[in-house]
Amino acid sequence: MSSSANHEHYYVPAQSRLPVWMAFAMFLTVFGLGSMFNDMSAGRESSNAQWFFIAGFGVLAVVLYNWFSQVIRENHAGLNSQQLKQSYVWGMGWFIFSEVMFFAAFFGALFYVRNLVGPWIGGEGAKGVTNYLYPGFEFSWPLMNNPDNELFRAPEAIIHAFGLPLLNTIILVVSSVTLTIAHHALRAENRKQLNIWLGITIVLGLAFLFFQAEEYIEAYSHLGLTLESGIYGSTFFMLTGFHGAHVTIGTFMLIVQFLRSLRGHFKPDDHFGFEASAWYWHFVDVVWLCLFVFVYWI
Amino acid sequence: MTTATHDHDHAHHGPAKGITRWLYTTNHKDIGTMYLWFSFAMFLLGGTFAMVIRAELFQPGLQLVQPEFFNQMTTMHGLIMVFGAVMPAFVGLANWMIPMMIGAPDMALPRMNNLSFWILPFAFAMLASTLFMEGGAPNFGWTFYAPLSTTYAPPSVTFFIFAVHIMGASSIMGAINIVATILNMRAPGMTLMRMPLFVWTWLITAYLLIAVMPVLAGVVTMMLMDIHFGTAFFNAAGGGSPVLFQHVFWFFGHPEVYIMILPAFGIVSAIIPAFARKQLFGYSSMVYATASIAFLSFIVWAHHMFTVGIPFLGEAFFMWATMLIAVPTGVKVFNWVTTMFRGSMTFETPMLFAVCFVVLFTIGGFSGLMLAVAPADFQYHDTYFVVAHFHYVLVPGAVFSIMAAVYYWLPKWSGKMYNETLGKVHFWLSFVGVNVLFFPQHFLGLAGMPRRIPDYALQFADFNMISSIGGFLFGASQLLFLYIVVHTIVAGKPAKAKPWDGAEGLEWSVPSPAPYHTFETPPDIDKAPQLDRKEP
Ligand code: HEM
Ligand SMILES: [Cu+2]
Repeated sequence: MSSSANHEHYYVPAQSRLPVWMAFAMFLTVFGLGSMFNDMSAGRESSNAQWFFIAGFGVLAVVLYNWFSQVIRENHAGLNSQQLKQSYVWGMGWFIFSEVMFFAAFFGALFYVRNLVGPWIGGEGAKGVTNYLYPGFEFSWPLMNNPDNELFRAPEAIIHAFGLPLLNTIILVVSSVTLTIAHHALRAENRKQLNIWLGITIVLGLAFLFFQAEEYIEAYSHLGLTLESGIYGSTFFMLTGFHGAHVTIGTFMLIVQFLRSLRGHFKPDDHFGFEASAWYWHFVDVVWLCLFVFVYWI
Repeated sequence: MTTATHDHDHAHHGPAKGITRWLYTTNHKDIGTMYLWFSFAMFLLGGTFAMVIRAELFQPGLQLVQPEFFNQMTTMHGLIMVFGAVMPAFVGLANWMIPMMIGAPDMALPRMNNLSFWILPFAFAMLASTLFMEGGAPNFGWTFYAPLSTTYAPPSVTFFIFAVHIMGASSIMGAINIVATILNMRAPGMTLMRMPLFVWTWLITAYLLIAVMPVLAGVVTMMLMDIHFGTAFFNAAGGGSPVLFQHVFWFFGHPEVYIMILPAFGIVSAIIPAFARKQLFGYSSMVYATASIAFLSFIVWAHHMFTVGIPFLGEAFFMWATMLIAVPTGVKVFNWVTTMFRGSMTFETPMLFAVCFVVLFTIGGFSGLMLAVAPADFQYHDTYFVVAHFHYVLVPGAVFSIMAAVYYWLPKWSGKMYNETLGKVHFWLSFVGVNVLFFPQHFLGLAGMPRRIPDYALQFADFNMISSIGGFLFGASQLLFLYIVVHTIVAGKPAKAKPWDGAEGLEWSVPSPAPYHTFETPPDIDKAPQLDRKEP
């Protein structure tokens, strides 16, 4: 391409149908989801909302598949200059930062409720007068007694840190190690080792999700710990739930990298798809460590 | 394979024909244009709602609309102006100008760029459609405080939440694109400290966006869960707190107001030197001031919450931290004024808007300082004084800077010159309108008129009528703006490559209109002497 110019040519892709379809798919998905939630809360039986959601999600999947395939094809065709690759690096890095801030909002809510609001409703501290709203309420964390137990049925028990959560911590930490081993294997051009260690990482991810599901079933069916059981349940399920969703996405990303590796993609010096997935995985791992300490343990 | 993909690289073609040019484009100029037109459409829609508000407030008593509908109008007005008009306009300007200012061939991630734009029409169609839903549109104010927005909200709140989700995704992707472009795509020699201030302010704005839009997503998600899944985030009965909502919201909200003003600082810092025919005074102090404002904007959020009952220490901390912002802001105003000092000034329309920005934004900054005094804010909070404050920073601040930018760069975009007389008429009408509209609101607020009400006590009648008249004047003047822009594009006189003799920067080194693709080979910055800034 750049026959005359001696600088690298920055590849500006041609027109693409993908973005506008993706925007449309996002709209369908959230519109369907919103209608479903509204129907659910209004107790309406039949409506077609779920079809919007399913259609939106379907289009989204097709678009994303094509989009990533196209980016990979462009890279294989040698269109991506070093500079363009750097754009992807910045893009992924800042995306992960935005995810960090998303979790920060929920952690912030947890700390605020636990350290300030709770004691205040319990009658302590600067705003202890709020206790007049709920006379007799005493605050403790985990919150086994809600200010109003009629409206929010408090949990009977909670998940203890040193059972399944500890196991899951070990699983995730080990998975970060195995993923790093896979990365080294990729750099050393050892395809077999790469596949083995990447495969192990994926299995560990799935195991994590399995135990997390176990834990939720336990919480819902035996402990009375639900989304509705007051702020403890709210923060517990929102934080661990969003983390679980991220593990699911991360595992999916790793599976894609695994399939790509089987097809012979990736070079020792050119494998950003793998690297980006690995960063994402480590990020999810770090979030879990915070969860383990602040949600389960202390 | 290789040849096939090369055909896709349209670097050497002009734009495609027909509607698909806009639907499928990856060109930063096309996308910038779409952002700007979209923003203008939203400006008119949000403006229409404002006209309804001012018409109802023209006289005391209820004349035109029911209180329920009035609340929907204030809410939709605020949401559409903030998220639909001001933010997309700045993103549009970033799209058009940043690649040209730094000598890049396009934005770093062109397809994602188009995605960021196309989310917006869908998101705002969904938001606007809530007006026709059962129970009406969101009616809880643009700040959507819980429990008004949860327990007592109309069902349409669910669609509001999802609209915020996807427009947030759009903003985050747009911001990531801008950061990647600025950090990665500068032409050789375009060092960070040589970048035009518009690029600097946008780099910092993009950082703010990436940091706080996810927090907004978090807070609306908590609302969604409280509404539909029985969580207790904002419900004290379950151990949560409505005040939690305000903390999370304003942790997003205060940086958000700086997202709406930092790019304006960048625009004004480009225009004032051009028409004062002097280099910007104190370039590097401008950069540091912008960065300090961005940093401080993260630690002042509870100045919106002085009256909700935060502990005394909190009141004191947030009061002092807020006042600190006045220091870097003062540095900026000082630098603009000093740039003009003994310059050879002329007052074409962009300069009129820019000078007006400096004066009126400063008034808004001063009323902000008054509000920052916690004990005084107990009196001012939730009155029209707050309304006057933020409209001074947002309308003759952010919006005027956008208009200044349009007049300044329209010749570059369209290759045509606007009609200077009409531009000046537009400026003076807007200037008079905005002050007649918002200045009396200071007095109304100090006298105790609460905000967000459809009816008021008799003693507020005169100022409200004046304010409404100013409002109608300002609203009508914007139709003139629309006319001027369309007239320029259709029938304007051809513009020179550099229509402003004092203007600096790479964008003026390309022809007008700017070719569809600029800087496919990076320009040699060191041969563009006007970029070398020397600190005085
Ligand atoms: C010197 C700088 C500033 C200071 C000290 C300041 C201070 C404040 C304070 C203390 C409030 C809360 C008043 C109350 O609710 O009682 C407030 C409200 C507000 N400010 Fe500022 N401000 C400044 C600049 C800005 C800028 C640059 C913008 C936007 C471009 C802005 C937009 C707003 C908005 C939108 C609100 C009202 C939010 C609402 O309740 O709806 N401010 N400001
Ligand atoms: Cu603020």
